[in-house]
Amino acid sequence: MKQGSRFWAWLVFGVGTAYFVLPLLATFEFSLRKRRGEYSFDAYRSLFEDPNFQTTFTYSVVVAVFTILLGVLLVVPTAYWIRLRLPNLRPLVEFITLLPLVIPAIVIVFGYIRMFGSNSTLPFLATARGTDVLLVIGYAVLALPYMYRAVDTGLRTIDVRTLTEAAQILGAGWTTIIARIILPNVLIAVLSGAFLSFAIVIGEFTMASLLNRPAFGPYLQNIGANSAYEPSALAIISFAITWGCMSLIQILSRFAPKSANRPN
Amino acid sequence: MADSTMSQTASVSPGAPEISRLRLPLHWLGVTPFFIFALLFLILPTVGLIAGAFKNAAGDYTLDNIIALSQPKLAAAYWVSIQISFVSAILGALIGLAMAVAVVRGGLPSWLRSATLTFSGVASNFAGVPLAFSFIATLGRLGVATILLRDIFGINIYSLGFSIFSFWGLILTYLYFQIPLMIVIITPAVDGLKKEWGEAAATLGASNWQYWRMVVIPVLWPSFLGTTVLLFANAFGAVATAYALTGPSLNIVPIQLFAQIRGDVLYNPNLGYALAFGMIVITGLANLFYILFQRRAERWLK
Repeated sequence: MKQGSRFWAWLVFGVGTAYFVLPLLATFEFSLRKRRGEYSFDAYRSLFEDPNFQTTFTYSVVVAVFTILLGVLLVVPTAYWIRLRLPNLRPLVEFITLLPLVIPAIVIVFGYIRMFGSNSTLPFLATARGTDVLLVIGYAVLALPYMYRAVDTGLRTIDVRTLTEAAQILGAGWTTIIARIILPNVLIAVLSGAFLSFAIVIGEFTMASLLNRPAFGPYLQNIGANSAYEPSALAIISFAITWGCMSLIQILSRFAPKSANRPN
Repeated sequence: MADSTMSQTASVSPGAPEISRLRLPLHWLGVTPFFIFALLFLILPTVGLIAGAFKNAAGDYTLDNIIALSQPKLAAAYWVSIQISFVSAILGALIGLAMAVAVVRGGLPSWLRSATLTFSGVASNFAGVPLAFSFIATLGRLGVATILLRDIFGINIYSLGFSIFSFWGLILTYLYFQIPLMIVIITPAVDGLKKEWGEAAATLGASNWQYWRMVVIPVLWPSFLGTTVLLFANAFGAVATAYALTGPSLNIVPIQLFAQIRGDVLYNPNLGYALAFGMIVITGLANLFYILFQRRAERWLK
């Protein structure tokens, strides 16, 4: 019986692994075929030399960085304050942070286009710069569930109340407490949320495309419609970026302090 | 927004004594930036769309837009979307559960378990345009697997009616992020199956099959159902993968909505809002069921 179940486990695992690994191998192989008759990295070279690749990728990295900053500024003080003073509000805040998983991104951006047009009271869409800001805001909304979850988990592992009281006794103001006491203590959790946000934002297509911003996601789509081997190379690059972000999160989680509530 | 976050938090700053005196208003200031942000950029835009779905071009309230969703093309879009989401959710859930059980309970080496979980974290986030590229390179008309199957096994999947741009092609692609998402969410529930339950069942003379039918399946059932509806919502809202795979031609709701936002292809903005409203209703219901099932499932996870 035991032997039989192990056989099934290996079989399931093997078939599953084949399904997940084959497309990656096939994509990689395909991406090397640009030069006729031999394998080469020509597809990658032509991508890296493409000025559109450089500008769109840089644009998306900058947007991602601002998204992370906005996310941290928004989530860290809120999660801290909820833990310290307003635990009753926690269910409401958690519910709000989960909404972006319920409302599809395409609906959120549709709402933005309707609400922040040139003739509205908040005309974000009137200028390119304003649209960039709106894109950052939209991405911060998309990343909100992950950022909040990460930071809240981090706060759970430290004694927020004691740290705050100790800092107050030493004369620290709120800005100092959050920036110099709380933030460093949950830095690893914040970074986890940041890398996850980065992975989500860097190749995002729907919002960037509908807001008409020159981001990496729409560039990917455009390349896919117009060339043969470069899309595969881009898929491999994107996978590597996602993998890199997730690995960093894994590595960081090893440095995270163990919870006082869960002896380990 | 960023600046106001800091300054508003800072304005709460005078030392501890004042705080106890001015308890109520100062308490709320700390979370004000968050609520203003959520209101402005999450709730009001959505509520605005929903309100628009119930108005006509002149701004009067009407149900015409909701009724117009039943016109053949839009009804078909909803139907195809629901089918794709449903099938990819069920298959993703079953296969994901099987893999989670295999790595947690199947006696495989323990490093395989952490490797599977790490990979699942990556793959569940590897959706969108690049994923579509991967599957075109693998199973497209000139894809690596297509050619291998043709040249080595003599099977031409395209002459057998398969296409990566079809219903089943889309499902095969969606499974690439559905299965890992299932693995990530269901593994804690599978972990929650206590060893003692198996031993207790064996002591009472249960066969392996009876143990599964009477213990494992009932315990995992709420988690399984809950995660399945979450996968459903996940597939239902996905735009980029389908758009990059099939272009604007595929008649599913997110792609119809995409075309509508781009250029008012329905010639009626309010009908577009109704289309979005329909999406919110479906993903909202799915998430409601997820929360209900999850609450039931938590009984066993203590």
